Amino acid sequence: MTRLIWLALSLALSAPVAASDGVSGDRERELRNLLIQDCGSCHGLQMKGGLGPALLPEMLQGKSVEYLSTVILHGRPGTAMPPWRSLLSADEARWMAQQLLDRNLQ
Amino acid sequence: MNRLLACLLLILPLGAHAAARGTGDLGLFIERASSSVQIVETSTNTSIGRIGELGDLSHASVVYSRDERYAYVFGRDGGLTKVDILKAEISKRKMQSGNSIGGAISQDGRLVAVSNYKPGGVKVFDADSLELVADIPATYGDRQQRSKVIGLVDAPESKFVFALWDAGEIWVLDMSDRKQPKIQKFKGIGRNPYDALITGDGRYYIAGLFGEDGMAMLDLWNLSAGVKRILPNYGKGTQKLPVYKMPHLEGWAVAGNFAFVPAVGRHEVLVIDMQSWQQAGRIKVHGQPIFVMARPDGRQVWVNFAIPDNDTIQVIDTQSLAVIKELKPGKGVLHMEFEPRGEEVWMSVRDENRVEVYDTRSFERKSSIPATKPSGIFFTARAHRIGL
Repeated sequence: MTRLIWLALSLALSAPVAASDGVSGDRERELRNLLIQDCGSCHGLQMKGGLGPALLPEMLQGKSVEYLSTVILHGRPGTAMPPWRSLLSADEARWMAQQLLDRNLQ
Repeated sequence: MNRLLACLLLILPLGAHAAARGTGDLGLFIERASSSVQIVETSTNTSIGRIGELGDLSHASVVYSRDERYAYVFGRDGGLTKVDILKAEISKRKMQSGNSIGGAISQDGRLVAVSNYKPGGVKVFDADSLELVADIPATYGDRQQRSKVIGLVDAPESKFVFALWDAGEIWVLDMSDRKQPKIQKFKGIGRNPYDALITGDGRYYIAGLFGEDGMAMLDLWNLSAGVKRILPNYGKGTQKLPVYKMPHLEGWAVAGNFAFVPAVGRHEVLVIDMQSWQQAGRIKVHGQPIFVMARPDGRQVWVNFAIPDNDTIQVIDTQSLAVIKELKPGKGVLHMEFEPRGEEVWMSVRDENRVEVYDTRSFERKSSIPATKPSGIFFTARAHRIGL
C-alpha cells in the first residue's frame, strides 16, 4: 500500500515532465518546423531577430519555461507577437519554450 | 595535325556561341533554410543551377540589374550578395548590417539600397562595386532612437522611399547627388507601418499599418500635400484576429481603377477605388491574406494565406470581385510570381519542398521543381518595373 502511494505520488510529481515530453514524434516534427519556419518569419530562421526580437539562449537567460510558454500562448498585447493558443496546447508551448532555451533547433 | 587545329578553331567559337543566351526568361527562387538560390528558366520551367553560401535567407528578397544579368540578394543577416545568374556564381558579397529586411535598385540602376532592422536605417551602395555610398540612420524621437525600416522601394527621379516601423514615419531619400543625399520626412503617419508599396507609375507610396486600421498614402508628385490616411477604420472597431504572419504589400494588385490589399488580422481582401481612394469593397477569403497579387493583365488576383491556412490559394475575378477558384498546392505556400505576361504563375510550397507552376487559365499544374524550403520567387522582368 505504501508502495502504491509512493508510486502515485511520484507519477503525479513527474507529470509536468512527462507532459512536456509527451509531444509525439510526428507532432514534434511539425512543431519544430513551426518553430523554425513560422516563428522564424519574425524572429529569424536562426532566431537572431527580425521584426521580433532575437530568441537566442543568451537573450532568454533567466526566463523560465513557464514565462516563455505564457508569452507564446497569450502573445504580447501592443506588439506584433500574436497569441498562439488556438494553434498550440499548453504542453506544446512549453515544449517549444524548452527548445528555445536549449537552442535545440536543428 | 593542321586539319585538327582547324577543326578545333572551328568548334571553339561555335561552342562559345552555343553558350550565349538571354536572361529575360530567367529568375531565382530562395531556398531559405539552406542559404541557397536556384536559377530557373521560365520557357521550359526548369532549374538550371544553384548557388549556395548566401547566409541567412529568412525573408530574403531580390532585385535585378537593368541588364538582367545580376541579381542582388538581400539576406536577413545583413548580407548583400551580387549574383551573376549567367555564370551561376557569386560576383560580390558584403555583410552590410546585423539584420536586414529588403532592398531596392535605383531608377538608373547604379545604386542599390538596403533597409535594415539592426542598426535601423538604410544603406546605399554602388551597384557595381558594392562600395558604401550613403548611410542613413533611421533616428527618431527625443532620445534619437533608431527605428526598424520597412517598405523600401525605388521611385522615379533618383529617389528611394521607406517607412519606419517604430517611429511611424515615411522618408523620401533623394540620391540625385550621391555626395549629398537629401531626406524629406513625414511624421505621424500612423502606428507601426509594416510594409509598403509604390504604384507601377511610381506616383503613390502606400504603407500598411499594423498598429491601427488603415493605410498611409503619399503622393510623390505632390509631396507638399503630405501623407493622407486611407481606409480608416476598415475593421470598424471589431477585434482583429491574431496575426500569425505579417502581410506583404510588395506584390500588390492593381486592376483597372481598383487596388486590392490584404486586411490585417481579417479574412478579407480590401478593394480600394484609386480615383477617390475610398474603400470600394471587401472580399471574404479563406484566411488571413499575405500576398495579394494581380496577374499582369489585371484580370485575376491571386491570394495566399497565413498559417494555419497556408496550404490554400484563392483566385479572385476582378470584374465580379468573386472568388472563382481555390487551389490546394500543399502546406506552406509562401510566395507567388507571375511569368512576365501572366500565362503561368510559380509558387513556392515550403513544407512540401517544391516550387510549382500553374497555368492561370486552366488552373492546371504544369510543372513541379524540387526545392529545399523554397520562399521568395523573383523573375528578371522585375528589372524594368518601378518599385520592384
